[in-house]
Amino acid sequence: MISIKNLVKRFGPFTAVDDISFDVEKGEVLGFLGPNGAGKSTTMKMVTGYLSATSGTISVCGFDVEEAPLEARRAIGYLPEGAPAYPDMTPMEFLSFIASVRGLSGDEAMKAIDKAADRTDLRNVMHQPIETLSKGFKRRVGLSQAILHDPPVLIMDEPTDGLDPNQKHAVRGLIADMAKEKAIVISTHILEEVEAVCTRAMIIDQGKIVADGTPAELTAKSKHHNAVTIALPESLGEAPTDTLKKIDGVSEVRVDKGANGENRFTIFPKDGAVLIEKVSGQATAAGWDVKALYAEEGRLDEVFRTLTTSDAEIAGRAS
Amino acid sequence: MSELLAIFRRELTGYFATPLAYVFIVIFLFATMSFTFYLGGFYEARSANLSAFFNFHPWLYLFLIPAIAMRLWAEERKSGTIELLLTLPVPLWAAVLGKFFAAWIFAGIALALTFPIWLTVNYLGDPDNGVILASYVGSFLMAGGFLAIGSCVSAMTQNQVIAFVVTVVICFLFTVSGLPQVLDFFKGWAPQALVSTIASFSFLTRFEAIKSGVIDFRDLVYFGSLIWVWLTANAVLIDMRKAA
Ligand SMILES: Nc1ncnc2c1ncn2[C@@H]1O[C@H](COP(=O)(O)OP(=O)(O)O)[C@@H](O)[C@H]1O
Ligand SMILES: [Mg+2]
Repeated sequence: MISIKNLVKRFGPFTAVDDISFDVEKGEVLGFLGPNGAGKSTTMKMVTGYLSATSGTISVCGFDVEEAPLEARRAIGYLPEGAPAYPDMTPMEFLSFIASVRGLSGDEAMKAIDKAADRTDLRNVMHQPIETLSKGFKRRVGLSQAILHDPPVLIMDEPTDGLDPNQKHAVRGLIADMAKEKAIVISTHILEEVEAVCTRAMIIDQGKIVADGTPAELTAKSKHHNAVTIALPESLGEAPTDTLKKIDGVSEVRVDKGANGENRFTIFPKDGAVLIEKVSGQATAAGWDVKALYAEEGRLDEVFRTLTTSDAEIAGRAS
Repeated sequence: MSELLAIFRRELTGYFATPLAYVFIVIFLFATMSFTFYLGGFYEARSANLSAFFNFHPWLYLFLIPAIAMRLWAEERKSGTIELLLTLPVPLWAAVLGKFFAAWIFAGIALALTFPIWLTVNYLGDPDNGVILASYVGSFLMAGGFLAIGSCVSAMTQNQVIAFVVTVVICFLFTVSGLPQVLDFFKGWAPQALVSTIASFSFLTRFEAIKSGVIDFRDLVYFGSLIWVWLTANAVLIDMRKAA
């Protein structure tokens, strides 16, 4: 439903989006991940037609955003970064305005407003000026505006930014509910969010796509993928390290000394090998008093950090 | 067209959602009345007409119209709602016109609320109501001209104060270019054609002509094209931002 080809955006000499191509299909929830300044918002602004691309093409539901901007925009619901809304209007007035601009009127408009307000839990504040609402409510006003016309394509820039954990959970639930019949793109820098709602994650760094896959595939790139941690009594000292290293398929063993009279040994596999049974067998054979034993899927934050450049690194390179 | 109407309605109700609208209308009415009665010598003139009243309109508009226009785009840029507006399925011209017409109608409402003064002259004497109507139309057209300038300037900045000041300056130039003092300054050395071009660009010259009771087609064309030019520039400026 969204098709992006060789998209480039330059601001003067600075390249914010550097030759990005991808497609998003119906049923997909694509999470844009990346450090601040990676180009996530800029990409979304080009898809929604707020900025024009320096080069490359974008089509939404078959409509080129430059050639047929109005048709493309009709197919899109967009939550801009920071969820801007007219502060002196109430959510009711604001949603009515959006409805009329989107060509809904009368009963049809009322139904759409009711539904959007219900889905975003706005019922109790419908007649209170937006400027007096809390950040969480403002964000939800923005969300309900985006889903009002039940668009086939939803673009949301940091939809859960500034929400408390309950509200975050509710918004993720909303996204999951809508996922089946829409193509959804969200940007976030909250990694757990990607694992919670996205069917696909794309890590962007300095305007380039550095990883693209299901959350599980990305997590599997982590060093911790299939790593096994075993907690043993402190009295055993570091001696188990050598025993564990001898297990077939182990690349490295790390010891974290000490909490509650335990030492934790983390055993990293070679090439993602599955080790947990071997480790458990070894522990039984050696007669260790095992306090805890578990394997990990991997850590998305680790993948994120290895693939992206931190502000400090960029600053360091510039100086 | 329905998008234009939606934006028009939002903008117009937006004026009345804040105290600003009422403050503006009160100031406008108070200023027109006091100027007319105290400075304009309405009673002393002892003639039943409203020329004293209309004489002050260009000078009042010079400050009051930029105050209406300054928020048109600057506020949306500042608050970020412009991103929302420009990603809705609305043609740019509809957004520009919707905002402009809302501001113009608002100014029109303020102008219409001066009707007690019209009732007063009719009560006191026997004025030429055709001339008064033409003057009202002229005043409204002039307000549109000022507003189009203000709307365009407002699109260039997110700072309403800057928008206000720059609009006042431009409107001032468009107004004084018809004053005898200014034209005399040019008459000394500039070719006649230039002098009359300068004069013809003036709101004052046009408004004076209309105030005499005849709405010349050329005056309509003047205000129409002035508004068109500034609003086109307005749309171009907004569109240029996309390529930033
Ligand atoms: N209008 C603009 N003019 C100049 N630079 C910009 C503009 N908008 C964004 N940038 C720059 O482009 C880069 C990408 O920004 P953005 O897309 O907002 O990042 P993200 O949303 O991933 O945090 C940043 O370095 C930002 O400073
Ligand atoms: Mg961003």
